[in-house]
Amino acid sequence: MNELINHLKERFPIYDVVESTTGPTFVSLDAAKLIPMITSLKTNHGFKILVILSTVDWIEDGKFQLTYIINNPDEKTDLGIRIFIDRENASMESIHKLWVFAATFQREIKEMYGIDFPGSPGVDDQFLLEGWDEMPPMRRDFDTKKYSEDTFFPRPGRETNDPAEYMKQKLYPDE
Amino acid sequence: MSDKKDIHEDKFLAPENRKHVVIGPDGEEIHVDPLNDYFCTDMPKVEKPYKGVMEKFLNWARAESLWVLAFGTGCGSIELPPLFSPRFDAYRFGVAMRPTPRQSGVLIISGYLAVKTLKRAIRSYEQMQNPKYVIALGSCTINGGMYWDSYNTINRLDHYLPVDVYIAGCMPRPEAVLAGFMKLKERIKKGDAEGANEYVEKLDWYKANQKKIIKDWNMPDYNW
Repeated sequence: MNELINHLKERFPIYDVVESTTGPTFVSLDAAKLIPMITSLKTNHGFKILVILSTVDWIEDGKFQLTYIINNPDEKTDLGIRIFIDRENASMESIHKLWVFAATFQREIKEMYGIDFPGSPGVDDQFLLEGWDEMPPMRRDFDTKKYSEDTFFPRPGRETNDPAEYMKQKLYPDE
Repeated sequence: MSDKKDIHEDKFLAPENRKHVVIGPDGEEIHVDPLNDYFCTDMPKVEKPYKGVMEKFLNWARAESLWVLAFGTGCGSIELPPLFSPRFDAYRFGVAMRPTPRQSGVLIISGYLAVKTLKRAIRSYEQMQNPKYVIALGSCTINGGMYWDSYNTINRLDHYLPVDVYIAGCMPRPEAVLAGFMKLKERIKKGDAEGANEYVEKLDWYKANQKKIIKDWNMPDYNW
């Protein structure tokens, strides 16, 4: 793995390498360099499998983090690649030409976070939410509790007592 | 209630439900309007119960033969297969599984119900024949359960379908489900389980609630 990281460091501007004995090694990268690097990893270094494409919403930094985890089945190693893109008008290059099923991940991310992947097949089709017309629900500024209370007729809860207060009133009503 | 015309102009109408032309084997053009040709557009009517001994007999017969639609919505659907295994053996109570809504009389909403699934559940319920009953399984159908603040999961099932029996728990064991069936039998024999008629009487209220959350309503108002 160290050889691979050193090799990548020579060719691509990767930074923030996090190595782990149990999980995959993670590297961070500029979004523009993702496609060349991931193509090189797939064709030259045997990382044939895309394990997952996931998203984190860093609302404080105004960034979305996209994590691509790829797997090398021959050497049984994983590599995670993190990229950061702007939260405003978020858009990222599609990788569906490398892995066809990445289109499904991208379609779900488009629906849940509103990150666009231009050219990805069916990326604008609805996936889990039918007829959704609000903000994408997995964004952290979407108030899911308020939406649920406004929409789904919450059942009023039972009346409960704080045990300490209740026993105090019951045992010492004069105080 | 929206008019028939409104449905046709709905942008959400499924492609197979739009008006289209089919070319026959002889080259003739057949104009198909699925919403009028394939669906019954009449609204349902209240079926008044009989009086006296006849209704008692019918209710006894209904209670002893509950056919369940095999339709699982959430994690609770995994509790139902053991019910029909030798250990719990629901067949001895006259409870049987059926594959289609037309054959079944009991709809079990087993666990949390996403909006997308609610649409299918409503459709299945409306296609079932009277008399029909709804059993709500798990705390998700009562007050939302652990998904009480989810953006996509309903909180109270009784605002969308008339519920006869709630079974609390997360998840209820098959024994609890059997007890729920016993409760449903009691209710039917007493003549209390008139959920289907209640649904028809309050159809406007139910439909308003359903359409509030199902924003792409692309089917007839009542699915026969």
